[in-house]
Amino acid sequence: MAFTNEQIERYSRHIILKEVGAKGQKKLLNAKVLIIGAGGLGAPTAMYLAAAGVGTIGIADADEVDLSNLQRQIIHQTADVGKPKVLSAKETMEAMNPDVKVIPYHEFITSENILDIIKDYDFIIDGTDNFPAKFLINDACVMAGKPFSHAGIIRFQGQLMTYVPGQGPCYRCVFKEPPPKDAVPTCKQAGVIGAMGGVIGSLQAMEAVKYILGVGDLLTGYLLTYDALKMQFRKVKLPSDTHGCAVCGDHPTITKLIDYEQAECDGVGL
Amino acid sequence: MKITVAGVSKEVAEGLTVAQLVIDENVEMPQYVTVTVNDDFVEHDSFEGTVLKEGDSVEFLYFMGGGAV
Ligand SMILES: [Zn+2]
Repeated sequence: MAFTNEQIERYSRHIILKEVGAKGQKKLLNAKVLIIGAGGLGAPTAMYLAAAGVGTIGIADADEVDLSNLQRQIIHQTADVGKPKVLSAKETMEAMNPDVKVIPYHEFITSENILDIIKDYDFIIDGTDNFPAKFLINDACVMAGKPFSHAGIIRFQGQLMTYVPGQGPCYRCVFKEPPPKDAVPTCKQAGVIGAMGGVIGSLQAMEAVKYILGVGDLLTGYLLTYDALKMQFRKVKLPSDTHGCAVCGDHPTITKLIDYEQAECDGVGL
Repeated sequence: MKITVAGVSKEVAEGLTVAQLVIDENVEMPQYVTVTVNDDFVEHDSFEGTVLKEGDSVEFLYFMGGGAV
């Protein structure tokens, strides 16, 4: 596939990079990334990946756009209130870049459908706001051998890690079980600065791009934490011993996907 | 003795346990925190029995679920 003149111009700032070049841009155009959650994290991730020319972007979210989402979910506009988030996200991405094919999944991700949805994708973005979904995405990606980016944001804080099969711990290695329903503040209870999604979601997009290009060091084996009030990033090394993990260890005890109880303010996108 | 807690060097008493450090550091919701010492996980039922040594590096890893739907 040769580039059109328009593509050469559109992607010129990529193509000029020695780490990307025409070859790397073709990798991006041939890549398939699934974003679970079209909210605070998923919005910037989806927009940067679409702008970058990631050729196929799946986006999953069961919710509709609410006025209170617009403080941070920049992929949706005021006129989109009431519209399924996946459709609003698809319109924004396709308007940004006609090279991108967006596949919307207007449904909750569950133990029943997740393996079928992720199987066609090269890289998965966890942009969800609740622990049942985070553990489900982790376990499904481990079982299916798919790389993914975990992220979480709350108040002025964020965290990020990347799982690549065989290259370090999974989310469950670090956090064994979801906390009991409503034990750890999530969602409406705690609040979040909108730009936090921009900071952490953009880093998730960066991990996906690096994975597709095969350049640099991914956040495998590390948890990156961000404290916006102290303006401090820390790259915390995670234990490398994954043998005892219930899902990615040598003798997994979790061999079937689990639907944990959702927190009260459930819904996939942040 | 000197240990490192979340990247910051601290002077602490000899014989300090992980359980006491969790209290001293005012760890929020300690029942849900993941603790690592020198890149090894410390299970919750080992907090009392894990005595820190000079030069140990301790990290607290917190659940971070999301902001607001
Ligand atoms: Zn694991």
